[in-house]
Order: sequence, then structure tokens, then C-alpha cells
Amino acid sequence: MQVEAYAGEEMVLNMGPQHPSTHGVLRLELETDGEIVRNVTPHIGYLHRCFEKHAENIDYPGVIPFCDRMDYIASMNNSLGYALAVEKLMDLEVNERVKTLRVLMAELNRIASHLLSVGTYAMDIGSFTPFLHCFREREKVLDLFEWLCGARLLYNYNWVGGVSHDIPEGFEAKTREFLTQFEPVIAELDKLLSYNKIFLERTADVGIISEEQALSHNVTGPNLRGSGIAWDLRKEEPYSGYETYDFEVPVGLGEHGPLGSCWDRYYVRVREMEQSLGLIRQALERLPEGDVHEHIPRRVRPAKSEVYDRTETPRGELGYYLVSDGGLIPFRVKVKSPCFTVLSLLPAIAKGGMVADIIAIIGSIDIVMGEIDR
Amino acid sequence: MKQASEIIQTLQDQFPDQVVKSSQECLQPFVVVAPDAVAEICAFLKNDPDLAFDTLMCLSGVDYKNSKKEPERFEVVYHLFSMRHRHKIVLKAELSREDASLPTVEAVWAIANWHEREAYDMFGIHFDGHGDLRRILCPDDWVDYPLRKDYVQPETYRGMPAAPAKQFAERAQEGEDLGTDPFSAG
Repeated sequence: MQVEAYAGEEMVLNMGPQHPSTHGVLRLELETDGEIVRNVTPHIGYLHRCFEKHAENIDYPGVIPFCDRMDYIASMNNSLGYALAVEKLMDLEVNERVKTLRVLMAELNRIASHLLSVGTYAMDIGSFTPFLHCFREREKVLDLFEWLCGARLLYNYNWVGGVSHDIPEGFEAKTREFLTQFEPVIAELDKLLSYNKIFLERTADVGIISEEQALSHNVTGPNLRGSGIAWDLRKEEPYSGYETYDFEVPVGLGEHGPLGSCWDRYYVRVREMEQSLGLIRQALERLPEGDVHEHIPRRVRPAKSEVYDRTETPRGELGYYLVSDGGLIPFRVKVKSPCFTVLSLLPAIAKGGMVADIIAIIGSIDIVMGEIDR
Repeated sequence: MKQASEIIQTLQDQFPDQVVKSSQECLQPFVVVAPDAVAEICAFLKNDPDLAFDTLMCLSGVDYKNSKKEPERFEVVYHLFSMRHRHKIVLKAELSREDASLPTVEAVWAIANWHEREAYDMFGIHFDGHGDLRRILCPDDWVDYPLRKDYVQPETYRGMPAAPAKQFAERAQEGEDLGTDPFSAG
């Protein structure tokens, strides 16, 4: 594009902090030249709730509700990562029922999270109907969770050494019912949105993340897979028994434009929902008997040690760096958030594009500010 | 893929003076290096074709003050991973709490830019040569570094109370008169 031809007066434009398409409280300082973005500076921290400081002042199990509140769209996955990290510190092995239930809930939450991501992305781009379809389905997952543990968003479900509640009677049947009913919705979404001409025009040639950039910025999860790299921690470093499940890792193929575009990232999420459906079916089929409280320690007191443990959340690789000095409270908890790393790449990919493309890019990297700011 | 022992051995051969100590008995093997040499060692780890540590998984600051079992110091911990060879190593640099500064590694991995800003924001660790060392999560005019173990929370920030308000139960326990109960008032 002949960008120089437009060169005129530069204007600084603040996008956010209160802007619906910034997905939370994010402020972007844009230096614009007409419609062209010359530079982007993200300002974060508006949702900083001192997670790491809090974690240094409460006991190990007490940190879990705070984990839920980081990425409030996928709380099950957040607390799972923390519980696994503490279990690794304590060298604690949980029983098969707990493992299976954790996978079941993590995948249900992944579907709910991807539905929100895909739905709001459609709305950002200007298509309102898919948003309603997605949220209708998401409600059903949240209903299941409410039935399971009483909460719709912040579950406090994955505990160190177990889970808080066993599934209620009839939960399996209801989950199966949801799966059968949800499966056609993905095909519907394809018809409604994925191959829509306007949607393709807005996303398929925008926000290209190259492989090199992705690695240097430690982009993970669907954003990395959108750039064509088949990397999924559930496959590469399986936890909670993922190695025994049969599933595929969808990657971006660049069918409608350059590889690593917004559309590729979007489409990886749609395909991942299908895989999650399969995982949930397998988990329901095998669900072994057992007591979910069997291995919950009376007192969580890891020996002096440290661990960096990472799991695959819907947004990518969530890492917990835990340092224990042998006490009842963690000495240090550091969280590596997948949204934090991908947002740092935004200036590099948004530069030189249009203002409207910023909206398309932010929606496609699927950030949750609660997790970035912690 | 290389074992941690091989990676540590390579580092010791390449940088005999800069590798301070290493441990393989713990959960995740680590190497402690001299802070001044961090940038050089990281560049080597990334560019050496047999090691090829192309991602920085995590960069954290740790403040070892008031720890019963560890000497007082700051630590900057680099968790490295190689996507090409699928191996990992943990790199640590120990700093004195008085004069905490070490070279930046943002030229090696771009994500280090934000991670280092966070470590600066939370611990006041200076990264020499960093292009944009500003606070990232706290407001720009925030005083002191919150994740230091000797951090004292300010009473106010720009005239607003910064300490959490006391709960009613707490105030009643301290003997404060909270007024009459509206339902029992005669």
C-alpha cells in the first residue's frame, strides 16, 4: 500500500481504557496518521489486584480463589494449573477419578471460553447474531458448572490433591445431552460466520504473526497454533492424564490469506471446540470410581523447593513459578500469563495498519485483562 | 534433546568463570551465573545450534529477605525452553539487595522487555541497556516496590486511602460506637 502518500498531521488517539472492543480495561495509545496507525503503545495495569502479593500472605489452598479471578473466563483451567504446580512441589499423586474430572471440567471450560472469544470477536467485527448463538451455548455450560459447584464463573473447584465436589447425580447424562445438542452448533457457526465474505475480508489478511515473532515473544496457545506451529502442552507435556486421550491439535493453514492471520487464530479456536467435545466424551466414558477427597492433604506444606509448571489454558501456556521455603505460605508465586506475552506483540503487528484493524487484531488474540494485570 | 547435565556442562566449558554454581538434585536443574554475564550467556544459549533456546518461558524476580533458610539477596530467574530441541534449563542471577542491576536480555528474546519491566516495577531491579524501563502494572508515580519483602503499604495514594477499610466487625471489636441498630431503635 502507498502509505507515504497519505502522510499528514499525526494525531495521538487514546483507545480505551473503557472501550468494549478492548476486552477489559486496556488503554492503547495510538499515533495515527489519518486512518493509518503509526505506533501503538499498550498501557496495562488497570486491573492489577496484587495477586502475587496476596499469594505471599495466605496459605497454599487459600491462593486458589485468587487464581480463579485472574482469567475469569476460564477459571477451571487457572486453578488446575496452580493445583498441579503445588502437587508437583509436594510430590502428590491424585487418583484417576480426580484426574478425569479435572480434564472434564477443563475441557468444558475451554468450550465456554472459546465460545465467548469467538462470539465477542464476531461482535467486534460487526456481526451481532453469532454472539447470541455463542452465548446461548455458553450459558448451558455455566449452568452445568452451577449445578456442579454452585458458582457460574469463579468455581474454586480444583483443590490441592483433589476437587471440591464430586459430580451430582445425573450430571453425566446432562453433559451428554449438551454435547449432542452443541455439536451441530459448530457447523452452524461455520455457516454463519467463518466463511462469511465480510468476516473474511476483515480478518484473513490482517495481523500476521510470523513464526519467528511468535517464538521471540513467547506467544502460546491458539495464537501460536494459528501461525502453523503444532504445539500444545496437552500433547507435548501431558498432565492430568491427557496422554491417554485421543485428540488432535488443530493448526492454522492459511487457507484464506497469509498464514498466521486473525482468521487463522479464530478458526483454530473453532476447531479446538470440536476436539474438546471429543475429550469430554472420552472422559465421561471412562470416569472411574473413587473418592475425590481421597488425597487432599490435611496440611499443605511443601518442602523447601521450587518449580515452574505450565499448563494449556484456552489462552495458551499459563505458568506458575512457585518457591517454597518449607513454610505454610508460598514464599513466591509468579504467574506467567499467556495474554501478557501476546499483548506485548501487539505494537509489532499493528504498526502500519488501519485503526479498524486494531479491533480485529485485539479480538483475535483473545486477551483477558484480569490475567495480564493479575 | 539434551539432558540438563549436558547443558550445564556446555555452559561450564564455555563460561568457566561466569558459572557460579549449579544444581541437579532439585526438581528442575538450575545454573547460577554472574549477573554481569547474563546477556552474553543468554545470547550464547539462544544462538548455539545444539542448544537453541528460542523461548523465554518466564522471567521472575525473587526477594530473599526474611527467608529463614536462604541468604539475603535478589534473584532473577530465567526459565528457558527450546522449541526446536524440546529441552529446558533454569538460569539464575543473584544480586545484592542494595545495588540490584544486571544487563537486559531484550535483544535476545523480545518478550524479556515486558518481563523486565515487571521485575523493575515490583522489585526495583534495574536492567542496564533496557530501551523502555518504565513501571508496567503500578501507576507511574507509585512509590517503592510492592513485592519486596520489606515493602510498607502507603496510607494514601494521591489523597485516596490506599489501605483496605476496616470491616464493621473489626471496628465493633475495637469498641467503636457504630450507632444504634435502626431496627431496634425505640
